[in-house]
Parts: sequence; structure tokens; C-alpha cells
Amino acid sequence: MKKLINDPNQVVEDMLAGMVAAHSNRMKRLPNTNVIVRKEAPIQGKVGLVSGGGSGHEPSHAGYVGKGMLDGAVCGEVFTSPTPDQIFEAIQAVDSGNGVLLIIKNYTGDIMNFEMAAEMAEAEGINVAKVVVNDDVAVEDSTYTTGRRGIAGTVFVHKIAGALAEKGATLKEVEAVAKKVVENVRSMGMALTPCTVPAAGKPGFELGENEIEIGMGIHGEPGIEKTQIQPADEIAQILLEKILDDLKLEENDKVAVMINGLGATPLMELYIMNKKVSEVLKDKNIYIHETFVGEFMTSLEMAGCSISLLKLDDQLIELLDAQADTIAFKK
Amino acid sequence: MTFDVEQAKKWIITFNDKIQENKEYLTELDQAIGDGDHGLNMARGFQETVKKITEGKYDDLGSLFKDVGMTLIAKVGGASGPLYGTAFMKASLALKGKKEVDIKALVEALAASLDGLKVRGKAQVGDKTMIDVWEPVIEYMKNRETIHSKELTDLSKEKMDGTKELEAKKGRAAYLGKRSIGHIDPGAASSYLLFASLAELFEEGEVAQ
Repeated sequence: MKKLINDPNQVVEDMLAGMVAAHSNRMKRLPNTNVIVRKEAPIQGKVGLVSGGGSGHEPSHAGYVGKGMLDGAVCGEVFTSPTPDQIFEAIQAVDSGNGVLLIIKNYTGDIMNFEMAAEMAEAEGINVAKVVVNDDVAVEDSTYTTGRRGIAGTVFVHKIAGALAEKGATLKEVEAVAKKVVENVRSMGMALTPCTVPAAGKPGFELGENEIEIGMGIHGEPGIEKTQIQPADEIAQILLEKILDDLKLEENDKVAVMINGLGATPLMELYIMNKKVSEVLKDKNIYIHETFVGEFMTSLEMAGCSISLLKLDDQLIELLDAQADTIAFKK
Repeated sequence: MTFDVEQAKKWIITFNDKIQENKEYLTELDQAIGDGDHGLNMARGFQETVKKITEGKYDDLGSLFKDVGMTLIAKVGGASGPLYGTAFMKASLALKGKKEVDIKALVEALAASLDGLKVRGKAQVGDKTMIDVWEPVIEYMKNRETIHSKELTDLSKEKMDGTKELEAKKGRAAYLGKRSIGHIDPGAASSYLLFASLAELFEEGEVAQ
């Protein structure tokens, strides 16, 4: 394992120290926690938005703390859900009396830890609502199982719910729009190489020299199939088809597109992927309102990408276009 | 035999020793069908727990298990933190104010833990989770006049091994669907170590309820 770290067990601590040192004009770290909140938190009259999850997905989620998006981000150990006490600290720190929306990616650990934190907050009289993001179409959806994972589409939830909260909407309204985003966003990823959790010291899975995994999750969870490397156009087609099958878009529908790098993918390759994505959508007469290309939800040093499509209506367009000022997302 | 604060501490310390010894093994099991952090998280959380309870003074089992539960909830993270944390918090409520209890009362407390686990994790027997070890083990302890140390260990191991043939319905392994078959569930493996550690307390080999 070759990484720019000091101690594998201190990576989250060291990262947060460096992050706050760089961006102390816009964020602060709650003492003795791994919680990052807006510098001016809590913001009076505004619903608070808290997200979080395991670290290793930077800029998710602390990179989205700021005006127009999140009020707080809770950073767990690498690929490990943060604990309820930390989430509870975040909730308390961002609540101005208007309630707090928790944006949770659909993983067993995240769900349990955020639910326990919500129970703690409710016991303290704080109004809490939860939205669970499950945009990954690589996983079969079923009420009997854990269900679909939350991946890069989560960033659209932060953006749109954050924009509505910034306008002074109620907790119910912010929760409703967050759920609307979840219903209308689908994603799917693929991996070219695995990644290594620092404390584990070796890759979480293996891929042969010419192998790729279609449908890979952001923690290296297996996807749909291992296959041989193919031209980018074909990979884009595979991912997009699965998304389109599920999202059921019609001609003249409007979408936002996100081409997300998983950590070690050159921007060049992401744009190459987007070439095909934009062509396919154009052929289908689907109108692309805006395309976001870059790293939004990574998986340490994994090479690969995910594609997300968000189906838009007038409300979502207005909120997507609204001002945002965070480290990782600006409008 | 009776179960008191010293024995409870010994149970947790023995369990921690086994977790530390099997850290790599648990992580490997989790790498096969999960996200590969079970061994690391459990090792970190129980190390902190042992530190906390060896420094602490406890008048009753309830306050000891409360510290265990709270430390796990705060230090483990992932899914195992809230699950093991909930298990010990539920046991703590059942044993509140008790300096020592007979084995029957301990088993009742563990049955409360099991109920807590099922609510928190929304899992049932057959879902390929820790419940596949917990439920039959609690049933065994409830229904026997005497608990045999070896039987308890063997049953936990058998049930852990049994998860190998199951298709995961809960947790990250569920994403694998049928591909999860053929692997032992990491939570079932750590649960086996928990009950094997409990069995070691019964030095004479068996205890009457």
C-alpha cells in the first residue's frame, strides 16, 4: 500500500484537520467530533440539513457544507458509518428550532446509526425528518432486502433540498422536495481498479489486468458482472441503458446529468464518457438541462465512474439553478 | 452459579481477546461479502470498551452493560456498532440494579438483547445475519435445565457455519444476492465468538439454571 498518509488509523482525523485549516472561512469542526458544520451554524429561521457517512468519498459530504446545500456533515471512519452520538452532535449544532433533515444513503449501518441519532434528537425535542437515498440501479430493489444503495445521486438531494431550505421553507417542504429528488434520480457505476482502505492495507477486491466490474458500489461492493474492458462508448451505453430502463424517461423530458469520477479517473476519461451519454440522450430527444462532470462521490483511489440522471420539473430546475457556495459545488 | 460484575467483565474481556485474535479473519469474511471493516470496527470498539470497564467501578450489572453499550454505540460505527450496542443496552435495562443474577435471569436479559437486535436490524432467522446465531443460542439456553459449556460453543459454531449456505437478505451482503451463498456471515462469526466467550465462563463445564 502506497498512500500519502501518516498513520492508517488517523486518516480521518488528519484529513479533517487539513480541511478545516484550508476552509476555516466557511466551515468549522465541532470540538472533539468528526462533525463539520457551516461556520455560522445554526442559521436562524432555516431548516438544518445534515448528511454524512463513511469517509473516503470526498468531497462527500463535508465538501457540500455551505450556503445552499448542507449545514452539517458527519464523517465516519473510512467506509464506516458515523456513530449516533456524532450525528446527534451535528443535529444539535445546526438546529435553529426549525427542525433538521437527515439525508442518509441507503446502507444498513448508516440507516441504523442515523435512526438512533434521530431518536436521541427527538428525545431532546428537536424535530427531525429523514430521507433515504437509493439511486443505484445496479442493485435489485425489493422491500424484503436491504434495497438499492445510495451513491452519487445523493449530491442532487443536497443541492435541491439545500436550495429550498435556504429560501426558508418548512421541514415538511424540504423533506418533500428531497423525496422528490430521490424518486427521480438514478445512478450506476463501474470500476476499473479496486481501492484500499488504509487500515485494511490491501484492496477490498481484485480485478484482473483487463477486467472491469459493471455496477460496482462506492465501497467496492460487487455489481452486476465482471467483464472485459471495452471501449468507453460501450460502457457508457451499458450504464445508461440500465438507468433509462428504470427512470422511464419520455421524449422532451428534461434531465441533469452527472458524470462522477471515483477517485483515480482522469477528467479526460470522464468527458469521453459524457460524449456518449450526451449523444444517446440527444438521440432519444431528452433535453439535458445541465451536465456536471468531475469528482462528487469518490471511492478512495478507485478508477472508474458513475453516471447519474435526475429527471427535472420546473421546481427542481429552479432549485438546481439556485445559488450554492460550498467547497465542492458552486452555482 | 451466579453471574456478577466480575464475571461480566471477564466475559467482555475474553470476547475482546478473541476479537483481537480474529480481527483479520473477520475482516476477510467481510471483504468477501460486505465492505471489509467488521474486524477493524469490532477490534477498535471492544478495545475501547475493555479500557472503559477495567477503569470503571460498577455496583451492578446494569451500569456495567450500559457502559459497554454506550461505548460500542460511540466507538464501533458501521452496522455492528448500533447492533452490539443495542444488545448490551437492552441487557443493561433488564439487569438494572442487579449486583448478581442467576443464569436464568442472564438468559432473560440476553433474550431482551435479541429482541432489540431484531427491531434495530429488521432481520429474522434465515436472513444470513447475527440473528442466525443469536436466536437458536438463546432458545437453547432458555430451554435447558443445565447449560453445557461445550454444547453452547458447538451450537454457536454450528449456527455460524450454517450461515454459509444462506442467501443474504439484510446488510451489504444482500447486494450479492445468490453470490453471497458459500460465505460465512461476519456478524454471525463475531456472535459465535461472543457466545464461545460466555461458555468459557462456565468453567465446570455446565451450569444449572
